[in-house]
Amino acid sequence: MAGKYVHQSILRLEDPELITGNVQFLDDIELPGMLHAAFKRSDYAHARIKSIDVSEARKLPGVIGVYTAEDFGDYIKPGPLQVPPPTAIKGATYVARTTMPIAKDKVRFAGEPVAIVIAESRYIAEDACDLIYVDYEPLEAVVDLEKALQPGSPLVHEDLPSNEAGHVRQERGSWEQAVKEADLVIKRKFFINRNAGAAMENRGIIVQWDKHAKQMTIWCGTQSVIALRNQTAARLGLFESQVRVITPNTGGGFGPKINTSLPDDVLITYLAMKLDRPIKWFEDRRENFLATTSERDQVHYCELAVKRDGTIVGLKDFFYHNTGAYNPYMMTVPLNTQTHTVTNYRVPNFLTEFYVVFTNQMIVTPVRGAGRQYGVFVMERMLDAAARELGMSPVEIRRKNLLPANAYPYYTSIIGQDFVEGVLDSGDYPTSFQKTLELIEYDKFVNEVQPKLRAQGKKVGIGVACFSEGTGVGPYEGARVTVGGNGKVVVTTGYTSQGQAHYTTFAQIVADQLGVDVKDVKVITGDTGYFGWGAGTFASRGITVAGTATHLAAQKVRQKALKLASKILEAPEEELELADGVVRVADIPSKFISLGDLATLANPMRGTMEPGTEPGLEAVAYYGPPYGATGAGAVGLIVEVDPETMQVSLEKMAFVHDCGTPVNPMVVDGQIHGGIQMGIGDAFYEELIYDENGQLVTASFMDYLFPQATDMPKKLVLGHMETPSPLNPLGIKGVGEAGAIPIPSVFTQAVENALQETGVEFDRDTLSPSRIFTYVQQAKGA
Amino acid sequence: MKPAPFEYYAPTSVEEALATLQTLGYDGKVLAGGQSLIPAMNFRMARPAALVDLNKVNELFYIKPTSDGGLAIGTMTRDSVVEKDPLVAERFPIVPYVVKHIAHPQIRNRGTFGGAIAHADPAAQIPALSVALNARFLVRKQGGERWVNAEDFFMGPFMTVLEPEEMLAEVVLPPMAKGSGASYQQVSRQKGGYAQAAVISVVVVDENKRCKDARVVLFSVGETPILSQTAPKILVGNVPTAEAIAEVAEKISKEEVDPGTDIHGTAEYRRHLVKVLVRRGLTEAFERAK
Repeated sequence: MAGKYVHQSILRLEDPELITGNVQFLDDIELPGMLHAAFKRSDYAHARIKSIDVSEARKLPGVIGVYTAEDFGDYIKPGPLQVPPPTAIKGATYVARTTMPIAKDKVRFAGEPVAIVIAESRYIAEDACDLIYVDYEPLEAVVDLEKALQPGSPLVHEDLPSNEAGHVRQERGSWEQAVKEADLVIKRKFFINRNAGAAMENRGIIVQWDKHAKQMTIWCGTQSVIALRNQTAARLGLFESQVRVITPNTGGGFGPKINTSLPDDVLITYLAMKLDRPIKWFEDRRENFLATTSERDQVHYCELAVKRDGTIVGLKDFFYHNTGAYNPYMMTVPLNTQTHTVTNYRVPNFLTEFYVVFTNQMIVTPVRGAGRQYGVFVMERMLDAAARELGMSPVEIRRKNLLPANAYPYYTSIIGQDFVEGVLDSGDYPTSFQKTLELIEYDKFVNEVQPKLRAQGKKVGIGVACFSEGTGVGPYEGARVTVGGNGKVVVTTGYTSQGQAHYTTFAQIVADQLGVDVKDVKVITGDTGYFGWGAGTFASRGITVAGTATHLAAQKVRQKALKLASKILEAPEEELELADGVVRVADIPSKFISLGDLATLANPMRGTMEPGTEPGLEAVAYYGPPYGATGAGAVGLIVEVDPETMQVSLEKMAFVHDCGTPVNPMVVDGQIHGGIQMGIGDAFYEELIYDENGQLVTASFMDYLFPQATDMPKKLVLGHMETPSPLNPLGIKGVGEAGAIPIPSVFTQAVENALQETGVEFDRDTLSPSRIFTYVQQAKGA
Repeated sequence: MKPAPFEYYAPTSVEEALATLQTLGYDGKVLAGGQSLIPAMNFRMARPAALVDLNKVNELFYIKPTSDGGLAIGTMTRDSVVEKDPLVAERFPIVPYVVKHIAHPQIRNRGTFGGAIAHADPAAQIPALSVALNARFLVRKQGGERWVNAEDFFMGPFMTVLEPEEMLAEVVLPPMAKGSGASYQQVSRQKGGYAQAAVISVVVVDENKRCKDARVVLFSVGETPILSQTAPKILVGNVPTAEAIAEVAEKISKEEVDPGTDIHGTAEYRRHLVKVLVRRGLTEAFERAK
């Protein structure tokens, strides 16, 4: 569905100010009398705290206060669950051990706060941290995911019988039956490592308490202003209206910033009130690595039951999921893995089961992709293994099993992160796969290019993979659209922005409904002072859920404008049109009234209010989808591997994506590009490594490799498809995470293909050249 | 990530800088471009009591030709200046090529030629380059100076022969011999990243293509830049063959380097890289030698 603005690649309205630096980020904010916070963090992953001596630190000039758990009394308790437990899933079990704001008696991961210093400057605060002496009794750390569940393992939470945090088993059809029907059952084990959601801007918070107005203002680059406001108010015994959360411009979210009731927001809100001074804490990069949530390790044991001709009859996937020291985000990540394992293919029998495991590592919460890519990785790897064992091509086996274009709506029988059965609303997977093969010139590469280059001794390979992305889940978002007396429009929403172009795309939606210039639509996001309802920025749901709410609110305003104008212009509504900032009679262009004048008249003077009407050219609307809209696509990749150094060069990538109606195709391209880059990080570079004592050994960008611009494929071709979602009026599906999802799968397959003659097969992601070298050596030895 | 408290001195002449270093003794630390020292201080891994900042000492910023065809480079000359200097490119084409591989442009705009040498990071390019080019270093202190050969300068990771009151003032590169050829080979995980293994090869051949000299310097695979003893033994006096080069590569990788296993690569992989890179580097250097 295209309009004057919707479906057009207009330039981002927010960019001129961002590019010229004429904007405010959190760390730009300085308040009179502002103090600074720093955390004393645990050096141990697992230890009992015997005593903490803060006396020296308190004496340092410029230190206002040093606080440990003891100083906060009853205020310190585990935070609330950020998402509900999986009670909707039959037989699911779980325990909740949510985040402690500051360690009491025991530390459970290296980097967990044991004290907080408030000082006149961050420098002094850090000096004071050096003067805090903690006497620990070190305990054996729980690091290995599988050993953690063995009897006799040390316990992260000693009040629990084991480190098991939960268990989910879901089945459609019968795996037992599949094994009976199959000609061949292929078994593999896979390891998925842990990555950071390293945004360019780290986390941070500024809290100001106005003791006269009894108002708290929080500036924070959070992905969820509403949750932060509500949880803060509840904790401090305030009305929600006494807490205002404002997100300044924010340099990326990628998942970790969705969390609330973290040590910083719990402790700093309290101390800002207690000390009656504004306090700033801005995370440094080392803290971000150590103590901001990251994502997963998983170990998968997988079996694929196939017929000789490659037809899938069943899949069984059993996996362990590392949730770290606490599990405030419950099972979102492993449930995403579970639902995305078989989404693209016809798998009549599917048994999927996982255990969530506590370890002495950082808490796991979603990072872009949020577990989806590992379901996809497992399935794509199994198809590659099956193709190899059956002597088929990777293309043939996928073609044979892809869900057909007439399969929708497709009921998966598997309950997902939104606790309803996963339903694929729409799509056309065979076409996106075919289009990818064409863009990557698969046949030509395999039949002509590859043999020629191989004859010259070059190790070139190709991979193709399919993916889906469950997006735009509930519960709901809302928006208010208001036309001002100046004829310009303001959109406010509780949704938050971290760079996704909402200021442009939401404006495009409204401009089309109200017939105004898109530049006359101002979008305000993430400020509870303007809009107090919503869930948050996650699950690629901005444009799908908040965008749809915006669309519905704009439609209501349009109706109001038409109704009022009809009366004033003395013409039936059907004959009116909204364009160029006016409402006019379609056939008589001289007969019109500007939206601004209408807005003024919509605020009735004494004696003119009609009973039963509402004032203002203003409306609020909410949208909550029954279930998420599923985007999908496919990717092809050609690589060259240096046969000696195992350096991998990404020669060409073709990426075909279907997100229904793209409100702004250029913005969609940007999301795909960024996602691909993050996927390349995942596949090749990024890895949070903990040693056997639970110490993070990759706590800086010197050790944690992050994809650079120079790591992108030499050639990148995007292809778009549009199968509109029937779930919302604009036909939109989310796109925020799509790019990242299939890259580890396609990368692994392409490198394997390049090194085909060695017989190497990879069972993990993050394939550094050294790892590839080791795999090849092992394959040669085998 | 804020540094621990420190004193700060900003001399404007070499004399003043040397006097300050003399007074401070072990408490003093020279600040050049700060691209390594400042992050280390921010991590509080380095806690110097006092910094002596050379950025205002104008007389330390220069590149001068020497009469014998070599170059003298002031210790504070920025990497990016060395990288783009036409005289450097003319007399030592290998230098800008190697310098380009140091981190990223922003870092090269601040980082200095002498600072990298004095810092002696075993993974840094310039220390190895200075050994490969047989550089000499002018080391000054209040009331005295001495010359040290690059080969004798590096004692261990981040350790040199410099005494606390001394300062590296100038790097002299002797001219490339007639018939020289050079090559730089490195493998790093990313563009601008630390090398997992790297080698600078400088060879000299006579009119009959016989090898007269072969300086092969490995770095990032041991505690200091490693000048191969094997390479000249096998190559000098002979016309280099592919077999001889392969033999050198094999021997160096087995006997002369000591890479460790780290999170980015196993020792076995890095040893393998040394073999591959030495072979590629020597082959390229001999092709270029004229």
